[in-house]
Amino acid sequence: MNMRRLWAIVMKELRQLARDRITLAMIVGIPVLLLALFGYAINLNLRGLHAGIADQAQTAGSRALVMDMLATGVIEPGMQAPTPAPLMTALKRGRISVAIVIPPDFERRRIDGRAVAQVVVDGSDSTVRAAALQLLQVPIDSAASDTRAPPRSTPVEGRIRLLSLYNPERRSAVNIVPGLVGVILTMTMVLFTAVAVVRERERGNMELLIATPLSRSELMVGKVLPYVVIGLLQTTLILALGVGVFRVPVRGSLWEVYAAAALLIVANLAMGLLISTRAKSQFQAMQMTFFVFLPSILLSGFMFPFAGMPRAAQWLAEVLPLTHFLRLIRGVMLRGAGLWAMWPDVLALLAFALVMMTLAITRFRKRLD
Amino acid sequence: MNESATPAIRVRGLTRRFGELVAVDHVDLEVPARQVYGFLGPNGSGKSTTIRMLCGLLMPSEGEIEVLGLRIPAQAEALRRQIGYMTQTFSLFTDLSVRENLAFMAAVQGVPQRQTRSRIDALLEQYHLADMQRQLAGTLSGGQRQRLALAAAVVHEPKLLFLDEPTSAVDPQSRRDFWEALFTLADAGTTLLVSTHYMDEAERCHRLAILDRGRLVADDTPAALAGALAGRTFQVNTQHPRALQPTLAQWPGVLSVAQIGASLRVLMAADADAAEDICTRMRDALRSSDAKVSVSAVTPSLEDVFVAATREPGAVEATSS
Ligand SMILES: Nc1ncnc2c1ncn2[C@@H]1O[C@H](COP(=O)(O)OP(=O)(O)O)[C@@H](O)[C@H]1O
Ligand SMILES: [Mg+2]
Repeated sequence: MNMRRLWAIVMKELRQLARDRITLAMIVGIPVLLLALFGYAINLNLRGLHAGIADQAQTAGSRALVMDMLATGVIEPGMQAPTPAPLMTALKRGRISVAIVIPPDFERRRIDGRAVAQVVVDGSDSTVRAAALQLLQVPIDSAASDTRAPPRSTPVEGRIRLLSLYNPERRSAVNIVPGLVGVILTMTMVLFTAVAVVRERERGNMELLIATPLSRSELMVGKVLPYVVIGLLQTTLILALGVGVFRVPVRGSLWEVYAAAALLIVANLAMGLLISTRAKSQFQAMQMTFFVFLPSILLSGFMFPFAGMPRAAQWLAEVLPLTHFLRLIRGVMLRGAGLWAMWPDVLALLAFALVMMTLAITRFRKRLD
Repeated sequence: MNESATPAIRVRGLTRRFGELVAVDHVDLEVPARQVYGFLGPNGSGKSTTIRMLCGLLMPSEGEIEVLGLRIPAQAEALRRQIGYMTQTFSLFTDLSVRENLAFMAAVQGVPQRQTRSRIDALLEQYHLADMQRQLAGTLSGGQRQRLALAAAVVHEPKLLFLDEPTSAVDPQSRRDFWEALFTLADAGTTLLVSTHYMDEAERCHRLAILDRGRLVADDTPAALAGALAGRTFQVNTQHPRALQPTLAQWPGVLSVAQIGASLRVLMAADADAAEDICTRMRDALRSSDAKVSVSAVTPSLEDVFVAATREPGAVEATSS
């Protein structure tokens, strides 16, 4: 590979990119749009959920607990019931989103330090589940401070149980932003290289390029490098919005977040190149990109829990870069894990990128037929 | 003329099929070095396909190609350092400036880094692009684009230059200037292969190959090609050219009748009859329609050569069956 020729290609791409308003708008627009869409779904400040209340204790303490929960503003009273059963029916029918059940032996449990109440939510809506988490923070002991019970410093956690129906996996909303990094990179990176190469073919630039001494690897690598920079910029944008607006934690090292993103970026760019060797028009390139994008979204564990998928779907998911990236990024951002602890996924992404790049270079012909 | 011993291009039985279609059909060629060699043919006659095969961009279906002593397509990569190729449609980057395009091509073609700047300045000057060097290539006029494309094709001073219909989108004055530039390159020792469908351009080439529906139908100097038609071209001056045209076209041995202003230009098939005899017979036959008709023999033009080459009975039978 000749460095001067490679650099010439890279600079040419960057210049063209800087003058291409539509692509620039997509680079910034797609992450912002997707974050806004999903951000609405993971809005942690959801308020006024319809709640059904079954206070079977009916003591001053239990009533105070209910009042405190209402005071958070997260819920508003929808129905009252003497027993939990009618609430479950209402929940199932979607008439209420949250059911608060206080058992008859509320006072006893409170003194014993056991769980004193149950918040049952429709877990199929992750929004509701996320919002209901706030109800678990309501103090129990202070709510009943007029009783003889000593104000014990028992941890609040665990005293109010959250029961999430229809979504036993309990996927947390914070899962979405790290996942979104992967989804956005998969969507834009594959598309950019696939379309960029096909566009050059359509405009006749490719006939000029292949009649020069440029080598296949110079052409292909030169196409990829500028978009690696673009991909890392996009990653930065999503992270900044995710951390700044949606308070998503980055528990592991930021450097490793970028390392994981870079792996996914290269894998996807190489896949885009491979598509470009096949696609005859920009439209076809977009169709093929979509064909890759759809299984990535559905099978990678972004939309549906990986563990719940059929075996065949899991196998298929293992050959999608997004699957491995999601494991890495959730590990690093949410659990604070190190990349090396998840080396099989690092290796899988690396292998994917290498195989795709090699295929793209060998399949690319410096010919018109 | 400055002929060197070995030809720049040698082609034997070159054929290219696209499915059923035979785009190039057993073409034999020899292009002498340091000359302007023309490819004349109508659209779809296989000019671009032939040029692409010579550059190693398309695989031939059959035949042998040797360009600058290299076997193509096997040694195409080695050839690419020595050729320039100006594609039929503008293929530089419309969203890069004139100078950026030239700098890109200089880097890609391996012009030494120290010389790049002066080389580009010289090209900008030579091809009258200096004033618009910061302008995006997409905003140039047709003639300016052609000059930029030529400058880009010769940035590395190639030995051999392929130009595929370089003047098709250009006004007459720009075409004249462009051809001056081509001869300057030939004088400097470059071999040029230029395809065109303009007769006046073909006329200027040192040597000419006429392609028709993929077949090579003539190959010689323009003068020799025209000379071979001596005694076969006639001019009919008449009051009623449109009325006489169909009558003449029915005549035995007439290859074509074209109206040129108030006269008709008639091309006869190769025939043993002397030109005077044909003149007399034609005049006698046409008297009944126009008493004042006159017929005279005229010097053949390249247009006649082209028509003769593409309409000889043999050629017509071979391709219309
Ligand atoms: N890639 C291709 N696939 C199929 N047919 C082609 C292709 N390229 C050229 N042809 C056909 O081959 C014939 C010759 O084309 P071309 O070489 O472009 O002619 P010219 O350059 O003389 O106008 C035309 O009939 C054209 O339609
Ligand atoms: Mg052509």
